[in-house]
Amino acid sequence: MRKLLALCWMVMASPAFAAETPHLGKPVSASDMARWDIDISRDGKWLPPGDGTAAQGAPIFAAKCAVCHGDGGRGTDAAHKGQPAPPVLVSDVKFKPIDGSTTTIANFWPYAPPLFGYIRAAMPWNEPRSLSDHEVYALTAYILAESKLIDPKLVLNAKTLAQVKMPNRDGFLPRFPELMPK
Amino acid sequence: MKRKNPPDKQDEMEQVAGNGLLHRRALLGNTMMAAGVLGSGLGPGATGAAAEPLTEPQWGLEIGENTPPYQTPSPFAKNVVRTLANPKFEPRSSLSRTPHHLLEGSITPNGVHFTINHTGIPLIDPAKHKLLIHGLVKQPQVFTIDALLRYPLHSRPAFVECGGNSAPLFSPKPIQADLQALHGLSSCAEWTGVKLSILLQECGIDPSAKWIIAEGGDAPHLMRSVPLSKGLDDAMIALFQNGEPLMPGNGFPMRLLLPGWEGNLNIKFVRRIKLTADPAMSFWESQVYTEPMPKGKSYNFTFINEVKSFITRPSPGMDLKQRGIYELSGIAYSGRGKITKVMVSADGGKSWAEAALQGPVQSKAFTRFRLPWRWNGSPAILQSRAWDDQGAFQPTRAAFVAERSQLDSEPPVTAFRNHHANVITSWAVSSSGKVVHTYA
Repeated sequence: MRKLLALCWMVMASPAFAAETPHLGKPVSASDMARWDIDISRDGKWLPPGDGTAAQGAPIFAAKCAVCHGDGGRGTDAAHKGQPAPPVLVSDVKFKPIDGSTTTIANFWPYAPPLFGYIRAAMPWNEPRSLSDHEVYALTAYILAESKLIDPKLVLNAKTLAQVKMPNRDGFLPRFPELMPK
Repeated sequence: MKRKNPPDKQDEMEQVAGNGLLHRRALLGNTMMAAGVLGSGLGPGATGAAAEPLTEPQWGLEIGENTPPYQTPSPFAKNVVRTLANPKFEPRSSLSRTPHHLLEGSITPNGVHFTINHTGIPLIDPAKHKLLIHGLVKQPQVFTIDALLRYPLHSRPAFVECGGNSAPLFSPKPIQADLQALHGLSSCAEWTGVKLSILLQECGIDPSAKWIIAEGGDAPHLMRSVPLSKGLDDAMIALFQNGEPLMPGNGFPMRLLLPGWEGNLNIKFVRRIKLTADPAMSFWESQVYTEPMPKGKSYNFTFINEVKSFITRPSPGMDLKQRGIYELSGIAYSGRGKITKVMVSADGGKSWAEAALQGPVQSKAFTRFRLPWRWNGSPAILQSRAWDDQGAFQPTRAAFVAERSQLDSEPPVTAFRNHHANVITSWAVSSSGKVVHTYA
């Protein structure tokens, strides 16, 4: 009996046994995957073709974004009073240590391309993924220009967006460096 | 049983710390000791009032209610509910907070598990929901729920805590709010699902993969980056919560569960996991879940919810109506492992007594602690402080402020000006029995 148990243990502990999993996933085609593969790398990898300018973004912002983020992305009354509200996007407020309510895209975000990624994935709040890539480039350009991070005339595309330098790029420390992949 | 003290000294012996804290065994198991304490005139008899005459209540004389298919709490327990931060469903995040002060044990009932949903709760047809695993893998694959239910399932308790839980404790003055408002964004359930490592290995992990980016299937497609090492450790695609399918607000039909790690990383409605070389630096990790520090830099990737505890009974709003014996009850947990010790003070930290831990104590799960206390009617400051098996312990207010600092002025109780506060929580009891939030 003891020998049998030992044998069972060896079988269970062996790599061959560990590999015996159901394998019930189904392969997926590249074209099917492309529809879902919408995240943007921090360095701009995976940004789609297309472009847009701040001038093109302004009317889209006024029509679809200002209702929650205020005119020009400068926040609603509720946000200014410190009440729960959609975030202020454009502000001259200076980042104040400790206080996360003073963070903005301009004074805080370390990378610019994820702004495109977030607008494309999640905005407008009530109609996510309704914007074309051109509209997302235009809105990204508008917010970056209003934030004085790019020349208002810049044609934003995969290449120029990846080149935008964010002032707070080096403002972060990983809380648990030992857990960060090397 | 060997006794060091004669029975008539029992009561004194049981006072193990200042202001009436009694030994953790005094009301547990050891009937001799309990009898000693109660016999010294501190138990129910101390009130002097006789019980009301016994009668036959009406509910015992008539037919009761019909049995519903899914039972809900008694109407007399209707106050055991979550508080809502966005009851009118305005266009912003909706938060609900767990009423810890009205619960006991170590599992949060599903109906009152805290939730945060950024664009409402999606109504997902599980038969049509799919989980895609792709990126740096040999073979991208899609998994359905029917497929996942044929995998080896695994159950474990785990707390989930929002990074912003306890954010009011960054206020320079104690915000006068109840436990639910201060610490209600933390809950604990038994989760059942498929270990993520099995699915990742079936897809074939490319050696260059370092991170997983997990994405939700609700409207904002919330994305977070998680080191692959966690995905291969104790991560799970959870399908069941306390034995039943996940609640809609907790991620039905499936969520990523990362035991002990920041709540927002535990992607609900998970529909896509992409293996990558770099983190996404999504909105959520570029701005929202970051911790501005005193000198201008900010922490990011604050994965672990550090060790925390708080006394749930009594807590603000649960005023003491008479002197005598009470049981202090609370919750402790650590995102690093098991709770090993909870110390309780009734005198603002001058002296401490070790609380009893309700077993079994489990890793990265709520641990209930209890300690008997005799309130003699004088002012008291109740505190709890927890330790975990990785050597971490809760900071005092002074140590926490020295490291993390505090805000210049009192913020709204609902604001998240910073995250990951695990400082000791203090309740002040006045001579009239009123219980309020304080700093000590």
